[in-house]
Amino acid sequence: MAENVLLRHEDVPDIHKLDVYLAHDGYAAARQALTTLKPEEVTAQVKESNLRGRGGAGFPAGVKWGFLPKDSDKPVYLCCNADESEPGTFKDRAIIEKNTHILLEGILITCYAINAHTAYIYIRGEFAYGAKCLEQALAEAYGQGLFGKDIFGSGFDLEVYVHRGAGAYICGEETGLIESLEGKRAYPRIKPPFPAVYGLFGCPTIVNNVETLACVPSIIKNGPDWFRSIGPESGPGPKIYGVSGHVEKPGMFELPMGMPLREVIYDYAGGIKDGKQLKAVMPAGSSFPVLTPDEIDVHMDFDSMRAIGAFLGTAGIIVMDEDTCMVRALEIVDRFYHHESCGQCSPCREGTGWLHKLLVRLEEGNGKAEDIDLIDRICTNMMGNTVCVLADAAAMPTQSYLTKFRDEFVAHVTEGGCPLKKAAVQPEAA
Amino acid sequence: MTAVPESAKPTSFLLDGRAVDALPGETILQAARRHGVDIPHLCYKDGLRPDGNCRACVVEVKGERPLAPSCCRIPQEGMEVATTSERARHSQKMVLELLLSDVVETTYTLGSELETWARALEIDTPRFAPRRQPEPDASHPAIAVNLDACIQCTRCQRACREEQVNDVIGYALRGSQAKIIFDVDDPMGSSSCVGCGECVQACPTGALMPAKEAGLIEPDKTVDSVCPYCGVGCLLTYHVKDNTILQVTGRDGPSNHGRLCVKGRYGFDYITHPHRLTRPLIRKSGIPKSTEITIDPADPSDVFREASWEEALDFAAGGLKKIRDEKGGQALAGFGSAKGSNEEAYLFQKLVRTGFGTNNVDHCTRLCHASSVVALLEGIGSGAVSNQVADVAEAECIIVIGSNASENHPVAATFMKNAAKAGKTLVVMDPRRTELARHASYYLQFKPDTDVALLNAMMHTIIEEGLVHQEFIEQRTAGFDLIKQNVAGFSPEEMEPVCGIAAETIREVARRYATASGSMIFWGMGVSQHIHGTDNARCLIALALMTGQIGRPGTGLHPLRGQNNVQGASDAGLIPMMFPEYQRVDNEEVRQRFEALWGVSLDPQAGLTVVEIMDAILDDRLHGMYIMGENPAMSDPNLHHARQALAKLDHLVVQDLFLTETAAFADVILPASALPEKTGTFTNTDRRVQLARKALDPPGQARQDLDIIQEMARRLGLDWQYHDTAAVYEEMRQAISALGGISWSRLESQDSVTYPCWTEDDPGRPVVFQKDFPTSDGIARFVPARLIHADELPDAEFPFVLITGRQLEHWHTGAMTRRASVLNAIEPQPVINVHPEDLTALDGAEGDLLTIASRRGEITAYARVDAGLQRNEIFIPFCYQEAAANLLTNEALDPYGKIPEFKYCAVRVSVNRTAEA
Repeated sequence: MAENVLLRHEDVPDIHKLDVYLAHDGYAAARQALTTLKPEEVTAQVKESNLRGRGGAGFPAGVKWGFLPKDSDKPVYLCCNADESEPGTFKDRAIIEKNTHILLEGILITCYAINAHTAYIYIRGEFAYGAKCLEQALAEAYGQGLFGKDIFGSGFDLEVYVHRGAGAYICGEETGLIESLEGKRAYPRIKPPFPAVYGLFGCPTIVNNVETLACVPSIIKNGPDWFRSIGPESGPGPKIYGVSGHVEKPGMFELPMGMPLREVIYDYAGGIKDGKQLKAVMPAGSSFPVLTPDEIDVHMDFDSMRAIGAFLGTAGIIVMDEDTCMVRALEIVDRFYHHESCGQCSPCREGTGWLHKLLVRLEEGNGKAEDIDLIDRICTNMMGNTVCVLADAAAMPTQSYLTKFRDEFVAHVTEGGCPLKKAAVQPEAA
Repeated sequence: MTAVPESAKPTSFLLDGRAVDALPGETILQAARRHGVDIPHLCYKDGLRPDGNCRACVVEVKGERPLAPSCCRIPQEGMEVATTSERARHSQKMVLELLLSDVVETTYTLGSELETWARALEIDTPRFAPRRQPEPDASHPAIAVNLDACIQCTRCQRACREEQVNDVIGYALRGSQAKIIFDVDDPMGSSSCVGCGECVQACPTGALMPAKEAGLIEPDKTVDSVCPYCGVGCLLTYHVKDNTILQVTGRDGPSNHGRLCVKGRYGFDYITHPHRLTRPLIRKSGIPKSTEITIDPADPSDVFREASWEEALDFAAGGLKKIRDEKGGQALAGFGSAKGSNEEAYLFQKLVRTGFGTNNVDHCTRLCHASSVVALLEGIGSGAVSNQVADVAEAECIIVIGSNASENHPVAATFMKNAAKAGKTLVVMDPRRTELARHASYYLQFKPDTDVALLNAMMHTIIEEGLVHQEFIEQRTAGFDLIKQNVAGFSPEEMEPVCGIAAETIREVARRYATASGSMIFWGMGVSQHIHGTDNARCLIALALMTGQIGRPGTGLHPLRGQNNVQGASDAGLIPMMFPEYQRVDNEEVRQRFEALWGVSLDPQAGLTVVEIMDAILDDRLHGMYIMGENPAMSDPNLHHARQALAKLDHLVVQDLFLTETAAFADVILPASALPEKTGTFTNTDRRVQLARKALDPPGQARQDLDIIQEMARRLGLDWQYHDTAAVYEEMRQAISALGGISWSRLESQDSVTYPCWTEDDPGRPVVFQKDFPTSDGIARFVPARLIHADELPDAEFPFVLITGRQLEHWHTGAMTRRASVLNAIEPQPVINVHPEDLTALDGAEGDLLTIASRRGEITAYARVDAGLQRNEIFIPFCYQEAAANLLTNEALDPYGKIPEFKYCAVRVSVNRTAEA
């Protein structure tokens, strides 16, 4: 792709500063939207662009906005989900810290489209620097009248608040985020009703991911056709792929939607580190099924991934080489979900704990043959059985590890521990 | 993608292949249960918001990927639901197994819901090892906390936060470390827990239970009855074994919906206290009566000797008869009790009127709402509440003035807090900031004694801003011009410096009250116990009348009744100027009617009130008294005065459970029965007549009060033949027309019926005055109130204002609650609440002994910091005999209601250094 949209700071130094951003057509899209388009025309363009949510679920953003009730006398809120906490995921952070104004401009346009006069940026507590970047950028923008009262003389008012979370993965779940923003424990809500109907403070609310909102200015500026021309029709647009793990050049790559996973790993991330063999990839953060080397020709877009029983998720790609113990890897994944389960629903509260305990037992060589089936059964009973999808996010990768790398799990039982570890230790002993 | 709309019609859906219907708003779980299908559930409990967290109740809905929590899901037309499909069953069982693995095998309850469901679904020994569980916590005197039996269902949390709105129980940490905590993980006993026990009642596994393993004893029987404490009238169930109450649980009564407070739930063992009187006592000859009370209630043998019932009754009645025959009936008086049943009150006043031949009969209503009742009778023709507490759910604006409802009407307060949480405007007006203020949209901390200034300023605003209800005023009231003239000089701006509330706040509250679709006013003793108590109530009535905020659901006037039967005792005629149903004794026609009913001629003169009776004794006009269940030696103002009077009586008969401070002056004491020991009706603050059933036999020779009154009557020459309580009730029903439709048998089947109720099929009238007022012409009257000051204002010598009142744990003079082990453990010592800055200025610290003196007396008690007070205000609960607040109070009376000014007198405060040493 010629020029970065989301990672534009790689092309234009200091784009996070307002004067630089303005010098590069910054806030032109917002001005255009607020002064020449009706809110419903903005929504229509976003709908037409087929922008799908970048938080992981891939729900069409324009359609989501359309769920707002038309006849409500309550205020509408926008919540920008900047609680980026998914393992192996660091795309939003880059936008927040380096390309701050594109996010703010996206928020401004979106608020105009959904008729919200208050927006909250819910940023995870650990992103202290990101929060500072947002505050600074906002202060600059307020100073230029880009936020506040009567923006661009359009009569449209908007206040934006940065709210720092206090460190829980569940705050990234949209209804957990809303509860947390209301000052409560981040307990996800039972849905329906969905936030568009009953959200923040009981009012209609749209929750959109940072990357999703950052796409909005370019749609207004270049038109929906331009956006749709990037990547597959069913889910187009620019996309940040974040690659971590056993690769030569880990990092972020802005590429069109639908890139083959193999290309991302080998052409952009420089291939497997130290010339080793690829063993497994978690292509979508940690919450979705793992892929084996023979599956990596898949195209990284929502529908292609679904076709092979996987998900695009956040496109946070975690690469594992041949020396990786899959039992240990899964133990780390499930430790995370055990730690982050909010404790509301018993299948998740109890289930994530049990998955982790059983995996520790297997990893330490104390597992029993029936443990593997027990893990699988717990997963089956967790999935689709809780208020939010955190239980599914733990169960899905777990079941895929068991299915795709079953031999390794069995070997941990029969050999009383990790065969790889033993293999690694033996030469020294010899 | 929208919320499932609640249809007004039943929904039909398929439940395990069977076509069934769900009522509007009913969930799958509720509908299934109604159709005989019990779906496993743990975190769901009737009355609590469904939370859907345990997932034991999941069912399969055809066409949906995830399983649905049946406790939260409302079925849609045609939905196909499988409750026992393989997938649903599998999930249900896995949940039960995981939860079962966490809890210890120790049993804390006889009825663990987890174990019941595990058995029903045939769960074997779990395959999982238990998680680490918190240590047991025995820090609370009433509640045992064993979180090793906790399954994190959060029912206790919802009970604490959403039902009772006490906000003590929280859920800390996350994932498998998640646990129930009190405040910030304090031991329950040192947390801000108010001991209502709602969490215990909500807990499905015994993790929260009554202390001392009371829940592990199988009761012989359970008896449905009524709480013996306040006017809220909570229905409850006694769990009894071997003539002892094991525990008390809340019942789904119309005024409490299963809720109770610490007194109702845990304050029952006073009835087995060693001080309980079990034999009649006669004063030993030659023992003088002294105002210094030195008798030990545990061993009164220095002063009293035991006697047989025959001897005691002959002596008791004989002494009264002698005075009557020698000095006339006006030389006698009786105090009945608002703690007794309607039947007891009725018979007692009948005894005084027909046996003594006088109307000198009164009870503690004189000390609580006499002024409210005078104002209400004069203004709208009825002293009872116009609307029930439950109406807060329909109101838009709720004013609570001069009432510490969270402590004195705790369960009623929970419904007010629920309403506030539901977004209604709660306005709390009180010189002392109490717990309820925490939930209020407006809290007006006005200066003590300035109620009329504040309320007239509200009326001024309503008139000035054109917010009056003109049509209501024209059609249903008289005298509006008087009010208009009267409040003209009471602009909020002028009253701001008088009452201490910003003019704009007064205006905002006035606007809100006047313009809300429904506004209610609740008030308590803070309004009534002033020499301008009647004026205070007149203002409240005028507010409601000028805005038309009465006569509809969610509006009205509600003087919160203190005692469990103060409404009923007043209805039954324990009032010196009125026969039953407020029929004036000086009305010829009325008197003839009662003379016909009772078959004797009656005294045409109104009798004396409580304080007037004491004055009459000291004036040598009154020589003998019969006191049933009242304790004027603790509850009257200026106790020296009251005690001098009691000591001066020639003959005093006291009928009570304990040797109270009043009984210390008795010539004969008759041991009576406690509420759980008798059957009778009690009328709560909402005008609900409710049936209490006998659960226990009285101890020793103690007897039922109705029997004792009849024995006394016989000895005073009355030929009474009441075979049971029902017979007394049915006679009373002839005297009180509003009970016409409430027969004894109806009460036996329904437990609670609201009056007025004219026929057996009349459901009762929760909202009265809808069309007219029960005045002679059906029209309500405005009565203006001028601003007058308290009788005794602070000065250089006595610079503090003393406000008296109650505590959550203690009931009135403490005769019952200070002998209830749990309640006395929570509040064991007399305290004096003082503003922290005042305490500092006195060079004192919390816990120091303070001496408070007024012109009438002096007491010493421990300092407690109370930032809810204003500077130079002192609050003292009057339940502690060792530091009786009423030694200090002023007996000045409201001229209309004859109510003493308990809420205002001047005192001085000092740190008591000598006692510390």
